[in-house]
Amino acid sequence: MENKLKLEIVTPYGLVFSDEVDEIVASGSEGEFGVLPNHIPFFTTLKIGILTYKKGNETGYFFVNWGYAEVGPDKVLILADSAEKSEYIDVQRAIEAKKRAEERLKQAEKIDHARATAALERAVTRTQVAEKKRAK
Amino acid sequence: MPTLRDIKRKINAVKNTKQITKAMKMVAAAKLRKSQTRMLEMRPYADKMNSVIASLSVDGESHHPLLIPRPRKIVEVIVMTSDRGLCGAFNSNILKTAAKFISERKQEGFNISVSVIGKKAFDYFKRRNVAMRESWVGLSGKMVYSDAQKIAINIIDNYINETLDEIFLIYNEFKTVMTQKVSIAKILPLASIEKSEETTGLLTSFIYEPSREDILNQFLPKNIEIQIYRAILESQASEEAARMTAMENATQNADEMISKLTLQYNKARQASITKELMDIVGGVEALK
Repeated sequence: MENKLKLEIVTPYGLVFSDEVDEIVASGSEGEFGVLPNHIPFFTTLKIGILTYKKGNETGYFFVNWGYAEVGPDKVLILADSAEKSEYIDVQRAIEAKKRAEERLKQAEKIDHARATAALERAVTRTQVAEKKRAK
Repeated sequence: MPTLRDIKRKINAVKNTKQITKAMKMVAAAKLRKSQTRMLEMRPYADKMNSVIASLSVDGESHHPLLIPRPRKIVEVIVMTSDRGLCGAFNSNILKTAAKFISERKQEGFNISVSVIGKKAFDYFKRRNVAMRESWVGLSGKMVYSDAQKIAINIIDNYINETLDEIFLIYNEFKTVMTQKVSIAKILPLASIEKSEETTGLLTSFIYEPSREDILNQFLPKNIEIQIYRAILESQASEEAARMTAMENATQNADEMISKLTLQYNKARQASITKELMDIVGGVEALK
């Protein structure tokens, strides 16, 4: 247990991940932050972004879609609206979603701008997460 | 003594009923599987959310209206039942508990306000001329997250306007397919959430990003939505489980009844044959 972090990622669709890891980097609403064991208690909101964890020499990536992070000295709890591990991301779907969102944004005025931007951000981040895994 | 034809008719009627109950059982089983997985997926999220709330609420003073306890005057009871019947004691258990809970609170001198989710609760309170503050009916089985959101917004508004001081939700908690437990959950105020074991040891206070008040403003209403949604999912799974068990029993009873009636039918048939034989034998004897 010493010098390990218990990372738990929970979404309304179930427990996505639960394991002991060494290091975590996530994107909070105020910017990216890293967590090592013995971090002081910290609570933040998460935006759409990438969560990276390191366990030994294994690195894993998650796509996180909004949520909260509670950080304690020996644990990190992520409550996300949705989260996907890089391996399970449907890249084809993300690319299509990106195209759709871009087209909608071009039409301006007529659309719900915030929604389209969020959709675009999700799609782009998803592809990024998926690529990270493949690049390795 | 019923005639052969009467018995035959009765057997057919019971057979028809059995077919219906069997079909209903199968439908309930299929629906149960779906709502059960949905509920099991939701449970860890709702639990974790509660434990986060617990650690946030013990961490220092807050001026957030949802966290400050105040003198209780009006107690709201939200009763959650199904819209449809034929599910055993599912609804009556809830209503019995609710009635008891309400009368206890009344004796303690609180004003009671009642809201209902589900047609069965609506009918129950209407029959007893209990005024309902709010009712959400016709949704059971197809409630989605936005319904929980609507309910949450409604109660949070009323709580902040001080038209309600304390809010309870009575619903069926899913234990196993065979058992459901009536559960009374306190939705608001949040301050009294007991410190759960997971949050022990955190003596230093949190650093918040963005500010604590911003986070509480987002997180507290969200938590209420999630807790209500969880209750809805639990209740839906319980309903289908209760219906499945009830229909299973009904099918078994029908089977029993059919075998009893068949026995009676055969006895009557034999008796009539014996009687006819006796007549013939008697006739032959007379001719000799």
